[in-house]
Amino acid sequence: MITPEEWQAVRLSLEVAGRSVLVGLPLALPVAWLLARRRFPGRTLVDALVHLPLVVPPVVVGWALLMLFGVRGPIGAPLNEWFGLRLVFTTEGAALATAVMSFPLIVRSIRLGLESVDPGLEAAAATLGAGPLDRFLTVTLPLAAPGVLAGAITAFAAGLGEFGAVITFASNIPGETQTLPLAIYSATQTPGGEAVAARLAAIAFALAVAGLLLAEVVARRLAVILGRAA
Amino acid sequence: MIEARVLHRFPTGFALDAAFRGDGLTVLFGPSGCGKSSLLAAVAGLLRPAGGRIALAGEAPWFDGAARLFVPPERRRAATVFQDARLFPHLSVRANLRYGGRRAPHGAPGPGEAEVVDLLGIAPLLDRRPARLSGGERQRVALARALLARPRLLLLDEPLAALDAPRRAEAMGLIERVRDAFGIPMLYVTHALDEVDRLADHLVLLRDGKVLAEGAAEALSLRTDLPLAARRDAGVLLPCVIAEHVPARGLTRLDFPGGHLWVPPRPEPVGTRLRLRLRARDVALATETPRGISIHNILPATVEAIQPAGPGADFVRVAVGPTPLLARVTTDSVARLGLEPGRAVVALVKTVVFDHAQL
Repeated sequence: MITPEEWQAVRLSLEVAGRSVLVGLPLALPVAWLLARRRFPGRTLVDALVHLPLVVPPVVVGWALLMLFGVRGPIGAPLNEWFGLRLVFTTEGAALATAVMSFPLIVRSIRLGLESVDPGLEAAAATLGAGPLDRFLTVTLPLAAPGVLAGAITAFAAGLGEFGAVITFASNIPGETQTLPLAIYSATQTPGGEAVAARLAAIAFALAVAGLLLAEVVARRLAVILGRAA
Repeated sequence: MIEARVLHRFPTGFALDAAFRGDGLTVLFGPSGCGKSSLLAAVAGLLRPAGGRIALAGEAPWFDGAARLFVPPERRRAATVFQDARLFPHLSVRANLRYGGRRAPHGAPGPGEAEVVDLLGIAPLLDRRPARLSGGERQRVALARALLARPRLLLLDEPLAALDAPRRAEAMGLIERVRDAFGIPMLYVTHALDEVDRLADHLVLLRDGKVLAEGAAEALSLRTDLPLAARRDAGVLLPCVIAEHVPARGLTRLDFPGGHLWVPPRPEPVGTRLRLRLRARDVALATETPRGISIHNILPATVEAIQPAGPGADFVRVAVGPTPLLARVTTDSVARLGLEPGRAVVALVKTVVFDHAQL
């Protein structure tokens, strides 16, 4: 019913989305914290920069990545020379493009989570002897966990469907960078590919819905664990 | 013991310029907006003042504006109890209690967990989450958590303000016991006079960001020039000991230096120390001992000073042995009785004025 090629696209999508979250999450945490808790010059600029992928056409993001991370780009060249890491037209590149596109979603969600934590609790922790990192790890982060997890899950679900930036930066190579949406696109361009496109579209739909439901369930569970709800 | 001088100007234009020292349980008292909570925040290290100096007596300062020195709150060990408790909602009561202790240096002196849990009666709550506690229980846990952080100074920011009357009375009793049991110096912010009466060793009166007066609570209660005296319940704080219960007559005798008072029966055992507020308006004066009168408390006294107490009224300070009392009488009575310093009088105090249970 589903061909190995189609399964490959699904697996690749999951892999790219998963890796994009692994790359995006550690970067999103400090950025979200800065935006939620610190007033510093250039804060508005950072905020705008983070949100850029939401408003700029994905193709433009892909093109910008191509300029920066291409084998002769200012970042891509040293990466290629020193680490032998080539991002253009690779699975890693697809994950990077997806991470950039979902970065605003994940930062936003974490930031909301952090802003929901009463700074008074951090003050209380400080008078009880907890330093800044200690307070963040034992008070702020656990209480912001629903936002962090919801952000990761939403980014993962959205990452499964990233199209424009991936096809521009990583191209459409089956088994390498051809994720689910790219496979659907290819199917629609192929004579007689309607059935393939329909099956893949149904899978994409199911994965997206499952992701959103999971985010909701996890958030509720955590609220109970954290003593926010009865 | 804390010594603080705090200079700060807030963006609102409110200026804080206050210096005080602490002694035992020190109460920062004043109306809302007088800067008392900001002062406490500066001592805790949660507010960095523009200038001044904050130090425990004889130790390296926590803050010195001139030397640009600021010790962050986590290294001051000045655990704070807030009005809204601020228990960590994701931790059990037990984990909340251990939060501070685990971060205190090894060998730091302080009461043990069993002792504190027992004193504050929170043993049944240990496995609960803060969301499942009542307001009074939360405050007790917050107090225990602060005590177990082995603080060098315990800070309390209106800890009873969010509680209803019965819970307040109960919590006040617990703070009293903590004060007497552990000998940890405390800095206590409130705008409630009954908390001052019951708890304060040392009192700092604040208004508009400035210190109006500071001193021993009992000594300040005698000062008729302070806003304290303008209150309806102005009066002296009287240190007493329960001397005798006389159930047959329905009375308890309280001894104070220089005399005694008969009051309605009290629950405390003989020998208990307590402090009464004897309101100036509840004390009458006579130039000779009346006979055939219902009043139990007829105290021989000497007039020491007479000060105005608003239109048509005076505060007359009299001494009963070594203990000063204040009586609020009309200016007309002062003239009619020919009251003046040195004059021998008797002070009359009805027993039932203590009915409102100054617990």
